[in-house]
Amino acid sequence: MTGYFLYAFIYLVAAVIAVPIAKRLGLGSVLGYLIAGLVIGPVFGLVGDETTTIQHFAEFGVVMMLFLVGLELEPRSLWAMKSKLLGLGGLQLGLTAALITAAAIALGQPFGVSLTIGLIFALSSTAIVLQTFQEKGLQQTEGGKSAFSVLLFQDIAVIPMLALIPLLAIPELASSAAEHGSSSESHNNLSLVEGLPPWGYGLVIISSVAFVTVGGHYLSRPLFKFVASSHLREIFTATALMLIIGIAALMGLVGLSPALGAFLAGVVLANSEFRHELEANIEPFKGLLLGLFFITVGAGINFGVLSDNAVLIAALTITVMLVKAMVLYVIAVVFKLRESNKWLFTLSLAQAGEFGFVLLSFASQNYVLPSNIISVLSLVVAISMFLTPGLFILFDKAIMPRYQGSKTQREQDTIDEQGSVVIAGIGRFGQIINRLLVANDVKTVVLDIRSEQIDLIRRVGTKAYFGDASKPDILHTAGAHDASLLVIAIDDKDTAAEMVKYAKHAYPNVKVLARAFDRGHGYRLRQLGADYVVSETYHSALEMGAEALRSLNIHPFHVERQKMAYKNIEDQQNDMLYKAWIDDASGERIDNNYLKLFIELESLIKNALKADLHDKHSKMRGWTPPPKGYAEKLEHDEIPDNE
Amino acid sequence: MNSDNKSDIDESKHNRKVLVLFAHPAQTRSEVNVPLFADAQAIEHVTAVDLYAEYPDFNIDIEREQQQLVDHDIIIFLYPLYWYSTPSILKEWQDLVLEYGFAYGHEGTALKGKQFLCAISAGGKEEAYQTDGFNHFTIRQLLQPLEQMASITHMTYLAPFALFGSRTAQEEHRISDHRRKWTTLLNKLVKGELNMEKAMNIENLADLCTQSGE
Repeated sequence: MTGYFLYAFIYLVAAVIAVPIAKRLGLGSVLGYLIAGLVIGPVFGLVGDETTTIQHFAEFGVVMMLFLVGLELEPRSLWAMKSKLLGLGGLQLGLTAALITAAAIALGQPFGVSLTIGLIFALSSTAIVLQTFQEKGLQQTEGGKSAFSVLLFQDIAVIPMLALIPLLAIPELASSAAEHGSSSESHNNLSLVEGLPPWGYGLVIISSVAFVTVGGHYLSRPLFKFVASSHLREIFTATALMLIIGIAALMGLVGLSPALGAFLAGVVLANSEFRHELEANIEPFKGLLLGLFFITVGAGINFGVLSDNAVLIAALTITVMLVKAMVLYVIAVVFKLRESNKWLFTLSLAQAGEFGFVLLSFASQNYVLPSNIISVLSLVVAISMFLTPGLFILFDKAIMPRYQGSKTQREQDTIDEQGSVVIAGIGRFGQIINRLLVANDVKTVVLDIRSEQIDLIRRVGTKAYFGDASKPDILHTAGAHDASLLVIAIDDKDTAAEMVKYAKHAYPNVKVLARAFDRGHGYRLRQLGADYVVSETYHSALEMGAEALRSLNIHPFHVERQKMAYKNIEDQQNDMLYKAWIDDASGERIDNNYLKLFIELESLIKNALKADLHDKHSKMRGWTPPPKGYAEKLEHDEIPDNE
Repeated sequence: MNSDNKSDIDESKHNRKVLVLFAHPAQTRSEVNVPLFADAQAIEHVTAVDLYAEYPDFNIDIEREQQQLVDHDIIIFLYPLYWYSTPSILKEWQDLVLEYGFAYGHEGTALKGKQFLCAISAGGKEEAYQTDGFNHFTIRQLLQPLEQMASITHMTYLAPFALFGSRTAQEEHRISDHRRKWTTLLNKLVKGELNMEKAMNIENLADLCTQSGE
């Protein structure tokens, strides 16, 4: 047990030190993790053999990442991508695999081995690329979207590859392994589809995919609702994890890619009201696991093999990356990607990926590749991944500046994703705000912790999500950083205050409009930085008072004027009262100035309204007729010169 | 007078419907207009509307106001003269209700053939509203925007029904006389007994509404 803690501690220390430094140096977090791994692994030898085991575990981060990617993609937008997916992805995979296979044959490898190598190197790293895109905000650029299409296609293509590779097995390898009594056999033991005829296999695959889609659509909702009604956050997290792990397990059992299954589940749940809550719950796990994965890549670099074959590995890595980049560049030109996007597409995908490791170990289990080739190829995959952050830095420093002029134009393109309003709380108060905004074509994201409420709101066609808006991560996934407004319309006084405080701290540029319970709560919100505060009962009470006056046959327009007079005095006195409240609250005054001023406000309002009501010739302004006999005076008076 | 001896049914058939649109934002201070409005409310076939009471927040119901116009034959603006013009809600009413396609424009003929007049109270004396007087223009000249409004909406424009020196009318006991003239005017309009020729050309319609007739 202590041993595990020690390892975990070493990994965490490495990450905690290396990642912030790398980030500050502008290298990105991925390179930080890789360096951390390099330092604790081959450099200092603090960790060793267990990295491969941990790597299998950490690969689950990729599964989670694809689940999150799926959550961002509604089925409709996925369908809209289909031509890009097949066109870009198909071309990239086909051309790269063909070229590398040809190169391997030219180097004297048999066809089966060459094809396997070609397929392995045709894949790119979803983990590194998507993580870096997210960090640099490149997902929405044309180049970023195209790269994503290719990555998605590759993830799908892994499935037929896993089916194809065993057919390329080298008989001598298999037989020699059989003599030694293969231990890797056990790895494949847990399978539902072993020994099934092809049609049965197909049937199982189709039904499990159908189960994920249909089940995700119909079963997840009642489940989440049931869990949400318990109001236990950790159980919701457990449910989210259960869902993804369950899918990964199912996919593993039927021989499909867990990542792809999770992606599918994500797409199915993209329309769900629980989307943001799911995102917020999975996000930290994904981040940590991916980080762990990158560390293991760094730690797994075998310096012994590397120094023995330094020239060969360097040559292979450079060749692979050049070939990949070349193919990508040609595709970018064919698909008319413009300017910086062309280079982003070319450079971002020029590495081999984590699925390369998966295929390598799979190939070794199936006796497709001899072990000496595998150890060299593993290093090529790892080093190419290691070099990728460098390529992104090249893109940032050398290529981006050349297109800086056109970048401003690009930003205008994506404006429709900006300027939205996050509404926290969709009860009686928030609904009115939301209706008003939506009717004016304002994009809103609505959050509430009551799933029954969300249900109701969704039924009338409002896009609402289940989630605890007072949790920072939920606010983030709801897009608070991109929003122009945050409306806080929740019941709980303390939570509202906390939210104002957090929101103003985390998103200083987002304007915060907050609903206050009463005057004191309103001042508290104002003190915490809320840009606009309104007491929840103020306007409705004023309206009710006005209706009472009208019911007593007081002229409606006069009532309107009285209402305005009330508001004016309230507004004028508000600042003074607020300052007194701060003094009193901070204990600087002991004479209870606030209470005095509050009593003064009462009498001010009373006097002002009374003056207008009873005194026909009061000093209150508004359509006051000129004094009697003013007409004669006007005619006979000399107008004094103003000089 | 040129009243025909027709049956009651016929007569009621010939009754014109009068719409009085009243605008006064400070009615607690009114000495002339509020009594005139009360008088108008009491007369049959006259619809008297207090615009500031109907729309205290200026949220004027265009549909309803247009229908009301269609349902009446004679439209009267009743208001105190503010800066040689109407109180603001009457301007708002014009801006909103007299839409293109309804009141004016190629197909805007809904008001065609109706009669229009202003019933106003002015603080200045009658002598002030002369070209050589203090205000430099006659009251008809000052009301020309409304006259042109009537013209473009195909309504017959009648002379204003005006009370001058209204700030001292109470002290000078002129109000009850003015109210009588007002009642006479409304009754004549309802019955169609007003001499149109004179009503269109006279300077002040009040002079046409003396008890003795014309």
